[in-house]
Amino acid sequence: MIKLEKVTKTFKVKENTVTAVDNVSLNINKGEIFGIIGFSGAGKSTLVRCMNLLEIPTSGSVYFDGNDLLKASNKELRAYRRKIGMIFQQFNLLEQRTVIGNICYPLELEGVSRKAAKERARELLKVVDLADKEKAYPSQLSGGQKQRVAIARALATKPEVLLCDEATSALDPITTKGVLSLIKKINKELGVTIVVITHEMRVVEQICDRVAIMNRGVVEEVDYVKNVFLNPKSETSRRLVSADEEKSHAEPTKASIRIVFDGISSSAPIFADLILKTNVKLNILGANTEDIGGSAYGQLWIERPDEESVRIIKNYLEEKKIGYEEINPKKKKRIRKRR
Amino acid sequence: MNLQIINIIEKGIVETFYMVIASTLFAYLLGIPIGVILNITSPNGIKPNRFVNITVGFITNVIRSIPFLILLVAILPFTRLIVGTTIGSNATIVPLVVAAAPFVARMVESSLKEVDSGVIEAAKAMGSSTWQIIYKVLLVEAKPSLLVGGVIAFATILGYSAMAGFVGGGGLGAIAVNYGYYRYKTDVMLVTVAILVIIVQVFQEAGIHLVNKLDKRIR
Repeated sequence: MIKLEKVTKTFKVKENTVTAVDNVSLNINKGEIFGIIGFSGAGKSTLVRCMNLLEIPTSGSVYFDGNDLLKASNKELRAYRRKIGMIFQQFNLLEQRTVIGNICYPLELEGVSRKAAKERARELLKVVDLADKEKAYPSQLSGGQKQRVAIARALATKPEVLLCDEATSALDPITTKGVLSLIKKINKELGVTIVVITHEMRVVEQICDRVAIMNRGVVEEVDYVKNVFLNPKSETSRRLVSADEEKSHAEPTKASIRIVFDGISSSAPIFADLILKTNVKLNILGANTEDIGGSAYGQLWIERPDEESVRIIKNYLEEKKIGYEEINPKKKKRIRKRR
Repeated sequence: MNLQIINIIEKGIVETFYMVIASTLFAYLLGIPIGVILNITSPNGIKPNRFVNITVGFITNVIRSIPFLILLVAILPFTRLIVGTTIGSNATIVPLVVAAAPFVARMVESSLKEVDSGVIEAAKAMGSSTWQIIYKVLLVEAKPSLLVGGVIAFATILGYSAMAGFVGGGGLGAIAVNYGYYRYKTDVMLVTVAILVIIVQVFQEAGIHLVNKLDKRIR
């Protein structure tokens, strides 16, 4: 659907040249939800802007549906852009237009009649669940509602791709969930290919099929989300995964074992088995399980029991092919002392 | 004050309104396109063009730095060419427009600069052409700020129009000069000044009220 070939983008800041995107090649498949994650300053936003040429790459090629965008005329490029919707962190709604006026804007550009545009806009308002806000102005809406209007506006011209640039970063966790499930619904029901830019692992976790990890302009890793969670290869992905863990619950400070579940194994009563096998009252220090892309994924921290039990647990987990990790508490104790 | 003077003042008010409103309109007719050019050709604009930006900016600054009274006299031949005379209300409109257009252009430029760059980016991403961004996004989103600028321009042009009284222009300024300055009729001068103050006040208040009503960002 979207193909980037050796895309590089450099900016001149006074005397220095900054490479925001460094030789990135990506292939985004039709119908998937593709995440691009990285810490701030990694070049994700510049990269996504190269996909609709809001930023012109310094070198490399950008293909949309097999068409070389850099070779398109201005008029052709504008037509392609109508097939590539985009939503932003700050929503970027036209403040002087009503909700319905905003959704009609891209249709006006296409020369759709006022009446037909309004009809289409009303349909979309139903999709984003804001049918009653038609005549409101953006300033009268909450952040989540504004993003829904932005989504409706981006969908007005029936795009094949929707680019989401930190679309939920300005929203609270509950609103984020709502917007993400709307994006997922659009992907499933309308078949729109979606590119999600984010710095939060939980966003990737909730909706993405595949993810690219970006750091300092370079894509370090591209893989299925599940694989990145279970087996983060690059330093950046490791940091991103653990940053997310710290946010979701207190890290165990005692000696513990981290058991990693993936789809299949989580359907078996692992924890109950462990208790029966070791005959020890095992203590759960923390747990975090969620449904990712239809299969359950999660991790469980248990307090480290006596050595004999640890041996039994390890044997059992290895036999069941379940990933685990022994957590060394010493580092954490040192951190505590410093405080 | 006798009836004759009251008649003269009445006529002066009408002339002043005619001059100021016509000049403001023409100044905007020239100032909006120039302001748009200055905005879009700036380095962060939607069509950056260093040469155009610097050239237009330079001409604007030159005209703005000439004191109005001097500009008024300096372009007398040009005024005669356009309206066929150098005295009266019509002859005053020409220098008023020449003086106000660059000033209006700079105000339009700064109003457009206030439009959120993210909104412009979104408009681009939706496939808008430069022209569509100008008239559907920039000018519409900047409307409240443009109106505030309009009120300021009106008051400034009103002030300039009074100066034109010294060189044979019409309106309240001419009355204040002819009666108050040359004939020492202080009462006539005070009345014209009071009327000018009232006009500015009314326009300022009405303008701000209109802005508040039109600006959709205010709940």
